[in-house]
Formats: sequence, C-alpha cells, structure tokens
Amino acid sequence: MKSLLATLALTTALTLPGIAAARPVTLTTTLSSYGGDGAYLALYVTDASGAYAGSLWMAGGKSKYYEHLTDWYRATGGDTAQVDGITGASVGAGRTLEITLDLADALFDAGYTLHIDAAVEDMRDSPNEVAVPLTTSGAGTPVQGRRYVASFAYDM
Amino acid sequence: MIRAFHRWPGLLALALVTLLALSGAALSVFPAAGRLAAPQAEAGLTVATLAERILPVYHGVEQIRRAPSGQITAYWFDQGAPGAAVIDPATGMGAGSADPNQTERWLTTLHRSLFLDDTGRLVMAAGAAAMLVLALSGAALVLRRMGGWRRWFARLRGPLAGRLHVEIARVAVFGLLLSSATALWMTASTFGLLPDGAAALAMPEVSGQTGAAFAQMPTLAATPVAELRALSFPYPGDATDVFTLKTDQGTGYLDQGTGALIGWADLGAWERVSETIYMLHTGQGAVALGLLLGLMALGVPVMGATGVLVWLAGRRGRPRIRGNQPAGRAETILLVGSEGGSTWGFAATLHAALTAAGQSVHAAPMSAFAPESYARAKRVIVLAATYGNGDAPASAKGFLDRLAALDRAPKMPLAVLGFGDRSFAEYCAYAQAVATAAQAKGWAELLPLGTVDRQSPQDFARWGRTLGDVLGIDLQLAHQPVLPATQTLTLISRRDYGAEVQAPTAILRFALPKRTLWQRLTGAGFARFNAGDLIGILPEGSPVPRLYSLASARGDGFVEIVVKRQPGGLCSTQLTALEPGDTVTAFLRRNPGFQPGKGGAPLILIGAGTGIGPLAGFVRGNARHRPIHLVFGMRHPDSDFLYGEEIAGWQRDGRLTRLVTAVSRGKRPLYVQDALRAEAAEVAGLIRGGARIMVCGGRGMATGVAEALAEILAPLGLTPAALKAEGRYVEDVY
Repeated sequence: MKSLLATLALTTALTLPGIAAARPVTLTTTLSSYGGDGAYLALYVTDASGAYAGSLWMAGGKSKYYEHLTDWYRATGGDTAQVDGITGASVGAGRTLEITLDLADALFDAGYTLHIDAAVEDMRDSPNEVAVPLTTSGAGTPVQGRRYVASFAYDM
Repeated sequence: MIRAFHRWPGLLALALVTLLALSGAALSVFPAAGRLAAPQAEAGLTVATLAERILPVYHGVEQIRRAPSGQITAYWFDQGAPGAAVIDPATGMGAGSADPNQTERWLTTLHRSLFLDDTGRLVMAAGAAAMLVLALSGAALVLRRMGGWRRWFARLRGPLAGRLHVEIARVAVFGLLLSSATALWMTASTFGLLPDGAAALAMPEVSGQTGAAFAQMPTLAATPVAELRALSFPYPGDATDVFTLKTDQGTGYLDQGTGALIGWADLGAWERVSETIYMLHTGQGAVALGLLLGLMALGVPVMGATGVLVWLAGRRGRPRIRGNQPAGRAETILLVGSEGGSTWGFAATLHAALTAAGQSVHAAPMSAFAPESYARAKRVIVLAATYGNGDAPASAKGFLDRLAALDRAPKMPLAVLGFGDRSFAEYCAYAQAVATAAQAKGWAELLPLGTVDRQSPQDFARWGRTLGDVLGIDLQLAHQPVLPATQTLTLISRRDYGAEVQAPTAILRFALPKRTLWQRLTGAGFARFNAGDLIGILPEGSPVPRLYSLASARGDGFVEIVVKRQPGGLCSTQLTALEPGDTVTAFLRRNPGFQPGKGGAPLILIGAGTGIGPLAGFVRGNARHRPIHLVFGMRHPDSDFLYGEEIAGWQRDGRLTRLVTAVSRGKRPLYVQDALRAEAAEVAGLIRGGARIMVCGGRGMATGVAEALAEILAPLGLTPAALKAEGRYVEDVY
C-alpha cells in the first residue's frame, strides 16, 4: 500500500473537504509486445483545468531518462521529488504492472484525469499514452493506450 | 607486481572480457551499416525546408529526429494511431521502417547488461574495469619488456604464444583503453553518478497565436539538418504549447504563432563530454573509429588464449609448491632467486620440510620481495643462484634495489643460501651481494651466508641441519634435483679436429627433435633456441647434466655443439665417441644473457678453442650483414681451425666482416689477448662506435681478454666494468 496523500498534500486540489476519506485503488497496466526494451511509465493526475495535480507512480529508476516522458517532465520540470518513494522498475514488453494505492475520494468524479506517459529506448516517446477520467462509474473499465499500453484499468 | 595486476584480472575476468569484446566488435558494424543505409540530406538543407517537406506527407507529425548516422525519422499520430517511418530528406516521403534492428538491440542488451538489468550493468562494468586494468598493466609490461616508448613496436622474440600476445596487444591496447574507459564513464552516467543531465528549460510565455509557417521561423531556417537532433511539434489545438528544437548546440522553444525563439539553453559542459564519450564508445557519429575499435576488440579472445598459455608455461617452469601460504600469514618467508629453475627445486624441498615441521611457509620469487606485507613473518630465507659474473638471476631482478630503497631493515632475521659453482671465480657472488647489502642495511642475521656447490644435495642437507638447529626443529633436507624434461637427440654428422695438437675436438651435429604442438605454442624445449643457448647433456652413469653452448639456432635446422674431449671427462668422452645414428639425452636451457641482441651495432666476438661454437652460430645467423669482427684463438691452423671451411664462405658472403686469428703453437705463440692488443686501434674505434663484445671460452682466456680490453679502453675513459653494466660486454666462460 502506497500512500498518495503525502505526495498530493501540497496540491490545491486536495485542500477540499473530505480529504480524510481515502480508499485503496488498484491500477493495472498491461503492455503490448512492442518488441523493445522495458518501458518507462509515468502515472500522474491532472485537475479539471488540465494542471498537474500529482504523480501516482514512476516505472523506471534512472532519472536521466525522465525527459522522454515528455508531458510529465514538462509538468514537473523533471522534479524527481515528485516520485520519491513511488518509483519502481521499468516494465518489460508484454508484462503487467499492478499497483495499489490509497487514493483520496476527492479525486473521483471531480474532473481529474489520470495520464500515463510512456517511453522506450530507441523507440518513439509516447506522452499521454493513456488519458482516462477518474470516475467511480469508470472503475474496472479497461482502456487501450496509443502505442505501448495494451490495456489500463483502475479498480476500487 | 605489475605482472600480478595483469595476470589475475586477466584470468578471473577472462570470460567476461571476452564476451564484452566479441559483442562490442559485433556491435561496431551497425553504425557503419546505418550510415550506408540512411538516406543522407543534401548539403545546406535547413530544418525549416525539411519540415515543410514532411508535413504534407504526414499531417499529424509530432516529432522529427535525426540520428548520428544521418537517418531522419518522423513520428506522427494519424486518427489516433501512432506511426513512424524513416524519411528520405529529399522528398519528405517515407523510405523504410523505423523499428529498431532486433539483432542490434539484442546485442546491445547483452553487451551492457547480460539481460540482467542493473545487476548485469554492474557485472559488465566490472568487466570493463578489468579490461582497463589489463590494458594499463599490459602497457607497463610491454614498456618494460621493449625498453621504452621508442621501442614500442620493436621486433619481438620468444615463444609464439607470448609473441602473439604482445604483437596484438601493442596495437589493440589503445582501442581497449578507450573502450573500457568510456564504458566506465557511461556506466557512471547511467547510474546518475555524473552531473551530466540535461538542464531543465522553463516553459516561456507564449503569444497564444498559432499557425506560423516554418519559413517564418528564423531559427529553423538558419539551422542546417546536419545539426538537428529533434524537432517536436506542439499538441494540435493547444495554443500554449511550443515547438521544441534540439540541436548539437542545445535546446530551444519556438512560438507557434510568431515563429520566434522564446527560450534557449546551451548544452552543458558535462553533457557535451558525455555525448562525446558516447560517440567514442559506440561509433555512433564516428563510424571509422567504431570499426577500428571493433577490430581491436577482436584481438581480445586471442590475447586471452595466448595469455593463458603464457601463464601455464610459466607455471610448468618451476616445481609446484604444495600448500604455499599467503605472505601475510606465513611465519617463514622463502625468497627464491633462480635463473633456470633448479633453485626452485631446492626451495620446494625446503618448503615441504619446513611445512612438515609445522611451520607456515610462503615461497615467492625474490623479485616479489615486499617486506611490508610479511605481517606474521619470524624469518626470511633467501635462496639465491648467481647469473653470469655475479648478476641477479631472472627471478631476483630488482631485489637489491628494493632492499636499498627500504627506510630500515625488516625486523625478522635473514638467512641467505647461495647456489653456485666453485670452479667459477664469482662463486655465489650474487648471494654474497645480497648478504652484504642486508648487513649494510642493518638486517639481523639468522644464519651466516651458506653456499651449495653445483647443486650438491650434501651441502644443502648440511645447511638444512644448521637451520634446523637455529629453529629448534629437526630439519632433514633430502633433495633430488629436478631435471627439465629431456628429449633424445640423434647425431647426424661429426667433424674432428685437433688430434695432432693433443686437443681432440669434434663439431657434433644432431637432428632437430620433433616438436609437439604444445612446445610450438609455448616455445618449450627445442621448439625454439638460439646460438648461445645451452644444452644440458645427461651422460650415462651420472644424473648430473653437463652444459654446452649451442652453435646453431632452430632456424639452421640442426642442433650443433663443439666438444673437446677432456682427459677423464665422463660426458665429453661419451660425446666424442658418438657415431652418426647414436643418441644422447638432452634438454634445453635458455641463456638470454649471451645473445648478440637487436640492432645493427658491430659485434666483436672473441673466443678460443671450443668457445668458437656459439660465436660461429652468431656469424652463420648474420643474414642481415651486421658488422662482425671475430678474434679466434687456436693451437695450429692445420689441426684445430674449427669452422675453418665455413668461415671463408661467411667472409665471402658478408656475414663476417673480419677474422683475426691467434695461433698458440709455433715459433711465436700468440693468444687472443695478444691479437686483441695488436688490433687495439681498430677495437677502440669499434667500441667508440657502439660495438658489443662477446667472449666465449675458458676462464683463463676470458681473464686475459679482460685485461687486454682494460688497456685498450683506458684511453677512451672506459672500463670493462662500465661496458658490462651497459650490457655491451658479455661473457660465456667455463
């Protein structure tokens, strides 16, 4: 269980009432067999205005490659503090990344969007590979990414 | 010490370094292939023009990248589907798939991480570090062997495996140094140990307009495609986004409405260095260098194999010492100064006896003398042979220098045992020098200097009892000298001289024994020998071999010696009685100190009687017509003018420049030293011109020659000793 509260505590979005309420959410990302090295994935949330709200997970340990996660890098200025403690290994082609986090209730049905940026060495960068609105009704519905993500779903 | 730094990383990391080198060599062809395959942009093509060509073909283009090979790739989204293609810059049309080459990817992953991710990267980095250590220590060894940078590419001698090893190494070392050092830099960069990350560029204020044409963007119109790395397009419909341009100089943002450059960051110094290093290592952008490095890397497997052969041959050269303790843990340190390996045999016996008496013993060559590492040692025992006239034997090189460099003598006491031959004036001279130097340093004495004459087991056992008394143990040293592997030689011809002057002498020529593949590779036994090397003959009825100087080299196609029958001599009597077809048991012993050496400096060869043997061999092998002056002493030219027939021919075809003979029987007896004095002016001139003097023959003759030379050299301000120190005056006396 990773807590996102600390990561999102500084963002204005979470100063809403009800911050105390949180629930475990499982994020399942399955990659296609794109025939390359392990993919770097940045999972993060933007608010209703499209502004960066916080990061959920960083798959890939070497910060020198984060600039290829173009949108995330642009939104955060490449600030690795954004993914401190929520960083894991890159995800191989055809593999599945499953993470469970405590997400604030306030993130759901409030115009927040979950994004995944993807990058693979020597292959094209894929910012905004996945962009899915966070809604309680959308939970459990798989969506396909643009290039590397075969399916993504969040379950509550 | 340097050798240890070369041997152990080499043996331990052999497989890893070989894998690195082979995969690296295979990878080195890809940049070249990519360069050939990629459609190149015409000179002067600008990024603006290129983008204008691509945009109509791929409407949803998101990014245009240029690889160091010149290959241009476009990435786009078309109706939600991503696409990519290699672009022909002349038309903007697709010219091939942009998918990475699977073989190259596989090799790259193998080369840098063994498919083990970060663990594998660290393992491979260790391999690169081993390669760096090998390259540096190897270069130091080559420098030492060749005698400096100016002789780096000088001709090599020695067994095939060692020659091949150095032959490849002295070319490949430069590439391997570069490859391994850059590999370590790249690993450090990958693990974020270097501050070479890209500087983050803050997103600037934008005009909010869209739709500027590429031609209206002065930066794009001014940037040649050759400098382009990537041009990223703004998101469709996002007026706050910008064009992002990366070039060899840095990164900038372009307003999509006005086309103006609204932000720029130069590449940092560290980034530049890292990129240069990446280019040097991979050959991406430096195709020729990449291929060259790949070619040099191919030498690694050969060097690995030959290196192992050299190591094995070295191990076989001396007896295995069982249960040798590390230097830091041993109570007794046994230092061995051996030329041909026989002293190692005594050391092994002493080691075994001390170990059996409950001691922990560390045996090492004297050249590995390192008193600071003898943490628990209670005593040091030196077993030292003597080489030539009191010189250090091969395994003791540098010992006296190291002893002299110590601040103070080691605390534990020292015993020195010398090995030599009492018939030589310089009996155990090197052991004596060691004992004297130790005394001068104030090194406490465990035992007074002991000596062993002609490998005498009795002398050795007696000394062992003295040592045992001092240590308070019963030490029985029963040593049977270990002989080198012998071979059987068959006599093919003999020529007889000297019977009339009471000096029956024979030139004996034996057939070359067959050599095994192992001997061929390691140069062991008779697989390789030169005139001046020694042959040990085991006479029937005695286990003690007699040494003779060889008068031929392997290349002559036969083994030749000159033997004079000594009254009552066991071996010489047997040898001079041999008839063609008869055989002897023999082994080869190298004699590197008595070789004419490289270079074209004149040689003055001085010999009498059978001493002509190796000298004749040198003259016969002088195909390059180096000036050789031979001074030869005999009894009577009608009886013992050894090699008389050949010498005339050698003079005719330029192998021998001048012959001076001294005849000792007759009305006016003349010895070689007299002949030398008669030639004083000429000899002095030759020596002034850098000539090298080689003397072979009996001890009395050598002494006479040394005296005559001292007189000749004095006006030049030189002495025989000074010439000897330079290696320009060598003797082989018996």
